Amino acid sequence: MAVLEILTYPDERLKRLSRPVEVFDEALDGTLCDLEQTRRAGPGTVGIAAPQVGCFQRIVIVDVSGARKVSRHHGHLVLINPEIIHWEGLAVGREGCLSVPDYTGNVVRAERITLEAADARGLRQRYEMDGYEARAVQHEIDHLDGLLFIDRLVSRRNDLFRRKVYQQVPEQ
Amino acid sequence: MHKWYMLTLVGQDRPGIVAGVTAALYEGGCHLGEASMMRLGANFTIMLMVRPDGDLRSLTQLVAPVAESMGLHCHVDAIEGDLHQHVLPDVRVTVCGADRPGIVATVTGALAEAGLNILDLESDVAGTDQKPIYIMQIEGVAREGAEALESALRIVAQAQGIEAKLSAIDTLIG
Repeated sequence: MAVLEILTYPDERLKRLSRPVEVFDEALDGTLCDLEQTRRAGPGTVGIAAPQVGCFQRIVIVDVSGARKVSRHHGHLVLINPEIIHWEGLAVGREGCLSVPDYTGNVVRAERITLEAADARGLRQRYEMDGYEARAVQHEIDHLDGLLFIDRLVSRRNDLFRRKVYQQVPEQ
Repeated sequence: MHKWYMLTLVGQDRPGIVAGVTAALYEGGCHLGEASMMRLGANFTIMLMVRPDGDLRSLTQLVAPVAESMGLHCHVDAIEGDLHQHVLPDVRVTVCGADRPGIVATVTGALAEAGLNILDLESDVAGTDQKPIYIMQIEGVAREGAEALESALRIVAQAQGIEAKLSAIDTLIG
């Protein structure tokens, strides 16, 4: 087990597309151990994706059980070849990332998702999740597609979305 | 050793101010740090961290002509502090209601007493001249917990006849 070096922006490798995992073997277990160690080494880090340590496979670990005020969650999740098959609702939340030190910003994510992913043994699982956990999963899956939260930033201000005012056409 | 200065510019807004000012700073050998530009009441306003090649005098001499050419008031302060000093807010307070004097003072007074350290405040007067509404958004750190702020906010909102909402900011680090 080892704490691996985290790739940080603007490292071009963070833009790479990760490949699906095809073999569930001991090497995969080793990768999962290292990833978990690395996640735990980060301060308050609720998730990590394999490409953040230069391993371009579709592997994500999420665990929001230690985050304050998060009541609904699935505990420690190993998500391999994850796919969001359904989503609902949108919410703004603040995110940061081990790969973008010293910066946080607002990002819009789906509020509720249905997720399918293989577990560490290769068994396909289905999860229904919402809120903070759903946000964490979306943040990590983005890494697998070469995206960072800074690619999705929305305005820091104006949370109360202003309605666009249309000029009324005077009646003839 | 080079240090940071805070450059403040205020004046009537028009297109091209940021580009004009920052071009002059760049050509004069300055580094830029954190900045916040806002349009307030049709005015251009910016506060900009600048690390010049020289001292306060040379920075002022560099900025003054470009500020003057764009009709801007210019002010430079030597500052303490540096980059990478971010503090994460953990609460957001939203206040709205019919506009009248005293909302900011009473609300922030009650919040300060209940332990809020304000990191970011933005407010606006919307509605119409006849019926102005006041909207304020604050982000900060609840040093004595969110509950203390919540009860302080409830009391002041009721007394002032305004709406006030406190929500947690749980920053996700992934």
